Amino acid sequence: MPLQEKLAGRLSGKVAVITGAASGIGRATALLFSGEGASIIMADVDADAGKRVADEIIQSGGRAFFAASDVTSAADCGRVVEHAIRDFGRIDILFNNAGIIRRATVLDLAEADWDRVMAVNVKSIYLLSREVIPHMQKAGGGTIINTASGWGLTGGAKAAVYCASKGAVVLLTKAMAIDHGPQNIRVNCICPGDNDTGMLRDEAQQLGEDSGRFFAESAKRPLGRVGKPEEIAQAALYLAGDASSFVTGTALVVDGGGLAGSI
Amino acid sequence: MRLENKVALITGGTSGIGEAVAELFAREGAKVAITGRNESRGHAVTARILEAGGCAIFLRTDVRKAAECRRAVDETLRSFTRLDILFNNAGVFFPQTALECTEEEWDLQIDINLKGTFLMSKYALTPMIVQGSGVIINNSSGWGLVGGDKAVAYCASKGGVVLLTKAMAIDHGRQGIRVNCICPGDVDTPMLPEDARLRGLDWKTYLAGCENRPLGRIGTVDEIAKAVLFLASDDSSFMTGTALVVDGGGTAD
Repeated sequence: MPLQEKLAGRLSGKVAVITGAASGIGRATALLFSGEGASIIMADVDADAGKRVADEIIQSGGRAFFAASDVTSAADCGRVVEHAIRDFGRIDILFNNAGIIRRATVLDLAEADWDRVMAVNVKSIYLLSREVIPHMQKAGGGTIINTASGWGLTGGAKAAVYCASKGAVVLLTKAMAIDHGPQNIRVNCICPGDNDTGMLRDEAQQLGEDSGRFFAESAKRPLGRVGKPEEIAQAALYLAGDASSFVTGTALVVDGGGLAGSI
Repeated sequence: MRLENKVALITGGTSGIGEAVAELFAREGAKVAITGRNESRGHAVTARILEAGGCAIFLRTDVRKAAECRRAVDETLRSFTRLDILFNNAGVFFPQTALECTEEEWDLQIDINLKGTFLMSKYALTPMIVQGSGVIINNSSGWGLVGGDKAVAYCASKGGVVLLTKAMAIDHGRQGIRVNCICPGDVDTPMLPEDARLRGLDWKTYLAGCENRPLGRIGTVDEIAKAVLFLASDDSSFMTGTALVVDGGGTAD
């Protein structure tokens, strides 16, 4: 992208931390935010894929740094933020996007899987936010976006811990919005419907279903298709930018109409 | 420009949120048709848009009347040949309990806020279905999601708008039409001081109550307009049947 276009970007001069940035929604958001002029600190456990995305951004003229990190570790979260401040001097946007799914009823779910899903999907938001918010407070504001899910608003079959974790994300979002609104920090979440990501293929595999049939089933919603990670990234961009300056504590549903009601 | 070559029809476009949306859409390249009941205010808005190099017409319309809604859609098509975006924004509000609200006042609020949304959508959907694409955005309210004091007809109408939005999203998604609503919190429109007056509250006390939300202030019409732009543009291509809350955190607790 030519420099002039970059200067006119909707996030020009902003610094964004994105977790789960090596693939899917996180990757699409890193690429979009960078294209809109933001500097990106990417966190993910997948070092190879993460570095590839960072290289892609740098090669197209953007600024990005990949931090191999596990956001369930307080120490790792501290290091990511320290690095962001050292390299870029500030953090304007935190996109808590890292997430995993286990498709099982409570009867079939191992305790270790419960703990792991809750740690990645929920505790990571707490750990990283408490590192980032003081910097946002000092800078006079910021915006935090959490990836929840349609299944954070309604239940789904064989998804007990995932639903529990995403429901927690929705209400953690609202609680943080209330606490930090007076400091001009906006906190919102996105509730995506099924998307064309590795997670959806992983779900089919966990349930022992054919992925073609699983995708066809997932497309049964008013718009008649699954979403693209780029479309979720656009929703994150709206919440990250000044266009949403009066939006906080809300859950933005991006699901092709999946939750509108029964078809 | 994010709405280049698009045609938008905006009801209640002569003041407040509708006026801000008309001006923003025009700046983003859309041709806009605005409706309203006040002719001089309507022409003032279109004149400003034309002066700034945009493209706009005013159509005097009472959205309670089917024939006038049909005419508004027909006139828009005659002037601009297509219709891509309908913003159902016209709305009225009287602060009343069920005991205070007269039948006439009930009908007025339900007919403008809810039936008007149905009628305008009914006529706008036909050309959108022929085109194979279109976007409808309805103006609901935070009080379409939670109750408020002295607002029975308004809450009923806005709750109706939220669910009408979802029902239409289900019916017309496969035809390439997205239907969403926005739920604004208190915003700097003429509706706010009017509400204070009708409630018999002085402006300072009333405003302090409105500002009591996480962001500590009321919204601006431009902030609502930007939410409508997001829903009108391709940036929200996977969104339908949803309620976008723009309220400074007012309904977070």
